[in-house]
Amino acid sequence: MIQIKDLHKSYHMGSNSLHVLKGINFEVKEGELVSIMGSSGSGKSTLLNILGMLDEADEGSYTLDNVPIKNLNEKIAANYRNKFLGFIFQSFNLINYKSALDNVALPLYYQGSPRKERVERAMHYLDKVGLAPWSHHLPTELSGGQKQRVAIARALASDPKVLLADEPTGALDTKTSYEVMELIQGINDEGKTILVVTHEHDIAQMTKRIVNLKDGLIIDDSMVEQVRASQYV
Amino acid sequence: MFDVERWQEIFETLSKNKLRTFLTGLSVASGIFILVILLGFSSGIQNGVTSQFEKDATNSIAVWTGVTTKGYKGLNPGRRIQLKNQDFDNIVTKYDDNLEYKSAFYTIWGGLVNYKNESGNYRIQGVMPDNQFIENADIHQGRFINHSDVIGNKKVAVIGNKVSLDLFKGDDPIGKDISLYGINFKVVGVFFDPGGERDESKVMMPITTAQKAFNGGNDIRSMMYTVKMSDNFNEAVKLSEQVTLGIENDIKETHIIAPDDTSAIRVNNTLEEARKIYSLVDTIKAVFWFVGIGTIIAGVVGVGNIMLIIVKERTKEIGIRKALGAVPMSIVGMILQESVFVTMFSGLFGLVAGLALLEFVGPLIESDFIKYPQVDFNTALTTVFILVFAGAIAGFIPAYRAAKIKPIVALRDE
Repeated sequence: MIQIKDLHKSYHMGSNSLHVLKGINFEVKEGELVSIMGSSGSGKSTLLNILGMLDEADEGSYTLDNVPIKNLNEKIAANYRNKFLGFIFQSFNLINYKSALDNVALPLYYQGSPRKERVERAMHYLDKVGLAPWSHHLPTELSGGQKQRVAIARALASDPKVLLADEPTGALDTKTSYEVMELIQGINDEGKTILVVTHEHDIAQMTKRIVNLKDGLIIDDSMVEQVRASQYV
Repeated sequence: MFDVERWQEIFETLSKNKLRTFLTGLSVASGIFILVILLGFSSGIQNGVTSQFEKDATNSIAVWTGVTTKGYKGLNPGRRIQLKNQDFDNIVTKYDDNLEYKSAFYTIWGGLVNYKNESGNYRIQGVMPDNQFIENADIHQGRFINHSDVIGNKKVAVIGNKVSLDLFKGDDPIGKDISLYGINFKVVGVFFDPGGERDESKVMMPITTAQKAFNGGNDIRSMMYTVKMSDNFNEAVKLSEQVTLGIENDIKETHIIAPDDTSAIRVNNTLEEARKIYSLVDTIKAVFWFVGIGTIIAGVVGVGNIMLIIVKERTKEIGIRKALGAVPMSIVGMILQESVFVTMFSGLFGLVAGLALLEFVGPLIESDFIKYPQVDFNTALTTVFILVFAGAIAGFIPAYRAAKIKPIVALRDE
């Protein structure tokens, strides 16, 4: 599903240049649930941004679902993001003045699907994350866990190839974190490829594979025995 | 633009951001409102001032004759040119379309006038009824010379206020007889003249009477005409010059005067007064346009400013939208369309409010200098569209900046 070869990325701040990714080689197969770990500054967020086409690499190749991702202009990047990717953020990033349902329906709006279909599909995914009764509530009326579940429903709505989750449990307490992970595991069980960036070991243990980043290089990449979140809930 | 989905999205956004929408709308609506009121009063003041000064603004042409200085077609220099009734009539017939008031004069420069034991030396003028308007004579008592006086050679006189004070010492002069060289004239009116005492030391009578009484025959001393007001000064100048030149040439031809003889006949036009009025009106116009354009600029800057704030406030939202697959043009479109819609809607609201105020309050204004304040609806509508257009242009920069927002920057957690 994802192939990355010799990926380099530097940031230039004035005369200083910061080499963040120093040659990442990395492959993800369909249906995998991968966690990317590393201390802050290890380059894990940069890697996720590049995978999410929010940022572009300086060197190296990136192939997503057999489509080479390079020389993107903003329009193509936006279309690819819409088609291939679903984002889950640490701070949820819901649009505050839109109801849960409208938030979930937003990627479908940019896909160009008609309103009726948008509402139906959005409702379906809200139901999937267990928030159907909350569909007309604003994000401010929801708890942190509920917000993240709305965000997950939104990420799923456009039926993307890959879900990218950046510290999805970073702003949640332990119990809610496990609930969210349970949901993510469930989605993965249905065959969706998911990448999770986290620095929490217990969250990483709930994925199937842990990639460890340090100073811009992968220092460890191993399969793990998945811990089911359901046993904690 | 006619994408239903987009409109749904916009109405949703607007209804969920009522305060922001309201404030944006208010700034535009009040801008247009002020502009409409301003334009209304500009036209009101223009109407008022024009009607106040209209009578002074008339552009008069004076014709008088002298002695030829050049021989022409076998005639010797030194010949006195005498205008006749026929000359006056010819000019009136020929330039009727362009002339407003016209009068011929038969003038005695100094005549002894008696009333009982009082007497004085005054200018005596045979005039036509139009002279009241040519000289701006303000009738204080009685009436001016009228048409039937002229036709019937009536022995009536209108005297200046100075004459009235000198001879009648405060008594009512109307209906009394004054005597000029032994001929009695009945006083029918007393006039004031803005020209002051000198112009009020005058006795006016029908020109026909004067010609008869003072052995004038068909002779006239001078003629005066006023040219109709045009909409702007340049036209007035052009018209006046045309008529002036025409009259001069006609008389020269009739009286066989050399074309380059400058002293045999003089035709003067007094554009000075007209120039002042026109320049006053122009100044008023210019001031209001200046203020109006300033208001539009302020409105546009306001719209641009609010949109910058909107973009700033919505940076994160825009980042989210882009992460979810919004292309840059859809962001630009969203912001522009939203702002144009708000500007247009509130602009029209301000326009209607302004027009309504002018409509209802306008007629209640009782001032000589403000008359019928109103705005040409097309002008007002044009300003709304200019504002919307300018607002869109001003808003395009923030919208473009919004489109350039990088999602990773916008989504970065604080």
